[in-house]
Amino acid sequence: MTETVKISAQHLNFYYGDAQAIFDVSLDFKPCQVTALIGPSGCGKSTFLRCLNRMNDLIPISRVNGKILLDNENIYDQSVDVVMLRRRVGMVFQKPNPFPKTIFENAAYGLRVNGVRDKAFIEHRVEESLKKAAIWDEVKDRLNESALGLSGGQQQRLCIARALAVEPEVVLMDEPASALDPIATQKIEDLIHELKESYTIIIVTHSMQQAARVSDMTAFFYIGKLIEVGETDTLFTRPRLKQTEDYITGRFG
Amino acid sequence: MNENLEMTYNEELPETEPVAVKEIVKKKNIIQESFKRVHARRRLTQGILFTIFRIAAMINGIGLAVIVFFMVKNGWRAITWEFLSQVPTDSMTKGGILPCIIGTLSLSIGAIAVSLPIGVASAIYLNEYARPGKFLRIVRLGISNLAGVPSVVFGLFGLAFFVIWLKMGESILAGSLTLGALTLPVIIGSTEEALKAVPNTYREASLGLGATKWQTIYRVVLPAATPGILTGAILGISRAAGETAPIMFTAAVFFTPNLPTSVFDKIMALPYHIYVLATAGTDIELTRPLQYGTALVLIALVLGMNTIAIIWRARLRKRLK
Repeated sequence: MTETVKISAQHLNFYYGDAQAIFDVSLDFKPCQVTALIGPSGCGKSTFLRCLNRMNDLIPISRVNGKILLDNENIYDQSVDVVMLRRRVGMVFQKPNPFPKTIFENAAYGLRVNGVRDKAFIEHRVEESLKKAAIWDEVKDRLNESALGLSGGQQQRLCIARALAVEPEVVLMDEPASALDPIATQKIEDLIHELKESYTIIIVTHSMQQAARVSDMTAFFYIGKLIEVGETDTLFTRPRLKQTEDYITGRFG
Repeated sequence: MNENLEMTYNEELPETEPVAVKEIVKKKNIIQESFKRVHARRRLTQGILFTIFRIAAMINGIGLAVIVFFMVKNGWRAITWEFLSQVPTDSMTKGGILPCIIGTLSLSIGAIAVSLPIGVASAIYLNEYARPGKFLRIVRLGISNLAGVPSVVFGLFGLAFFVIWLKMGESILAGSLTLGALTLPVIIGSTEEALKAVPNTYREASLGLGATKWQTIYRVVLPAATPGILTGAILGISRAAGETAPIMFTAAVFFTPNLPTSVFDKIMALPYHIYVLATAGTDIELTRPLQYGTALVLIALVLGMNTIAIIWRARLRKRLK
């Protein structure tokens, strides 16, 4: 098998108004791998992540140039339907954000908005994605209760199930465990391990240990620039650059 | 309490303690001294202010209670089944106020039927779709100015535009449209507040799942905002039910024994009826109890409509939890 690339940023620049937040970042993500984006607060890693499914389009004064190729097609092309793109590139947010609906309706939401009407299929998919997100056993008897009654960790796994239900190809995670306790965090990390068999996962994290535990590749960002990227094992043990070493050893950040 | 504090903090300095510890104890004592100095004064200030706030809050309740008490005391004798179910007779000195009740009900419902869809749609546009800019600023300025226009001006506008220019004549329709225009800023304002209160993370989550903007608004944002929108509807209905000036020229008549059969009919209305009886009736003194009775019915009607909306809202809120 030759080296395939699922999604790739090429010379990406991003601006909030006049302030440039991302400087000429080029980065490839391979399928069925977990890539961690690390770096100090404000380094642009979350902004970069949100470029990958054009979530930044929601910010009125923002501007992008450069390309992001998903299966070799530039997602910033005029012809690309952003709604379709976001179905293919799912997202899990920093704070668990289930809708104020039932657990079932949360998991079914993506299917419903994408026009799936078949009741049996929806039920099947809901169960499947809840199982994939390792929360089925905890909620199977209370699917018709409000999702807001779940604990934070359960809510976050429900959000992951919700994202998986529409069968995305890439899953973006923006510090998915930062609002959770260690046990819930471990569940999410275990989940990421399992999910990478079928999905391309890109995760922003503040925790170096987490990056080391869950990712195959790690990219280090600093003030809007991609400083170093490599296999996680190598990057954490033998970083090529001094800046990277300083950050991962905790000398700054 | 003060004794207790002294025991804890006002420590003696033992000779043997090192200098650093002595320093700390000295600082503690200074803080303790100044604490004691301001302690009584702080508590007094707090006590006085809270009392003032409490009285201010109580004035609201007392105000309402006084009004209701006054109305009930003077009007309850007028409330009979006949009063509620008959048309006025003997030059409106006897009989009931059924046409006024029907009139006010249809005007309020008509007004909210006009202003709720337009108001909610405007608020959705302003809050969810419109990009910030000159146009948005002008629209907002227009809305806040609309809220400040005196109600009699709405009446004259309704007369000129709906009644005469659009040839609706004095009718429930013209009155509802006029009252609708009057309540529009209330609906827009509270709907916008309700939309703003919906966390952005809901919108992001929905869009992130491949929903369109409209699907996001329809399926997530609006359901979450509905209780707040209902609050606006409550305020709007109350406002519409009580207004007199806007319906004087557009819908309400001095007297009609007929109940309306279509939206093109003229009607009587409770607030206008009170005004008529109190200022231009055939025998103002004789009809005093009827005036209070009518006012009482108006208050009960508004309260009743509000109660329905409040119960509905509470049930919605429960479902969202």
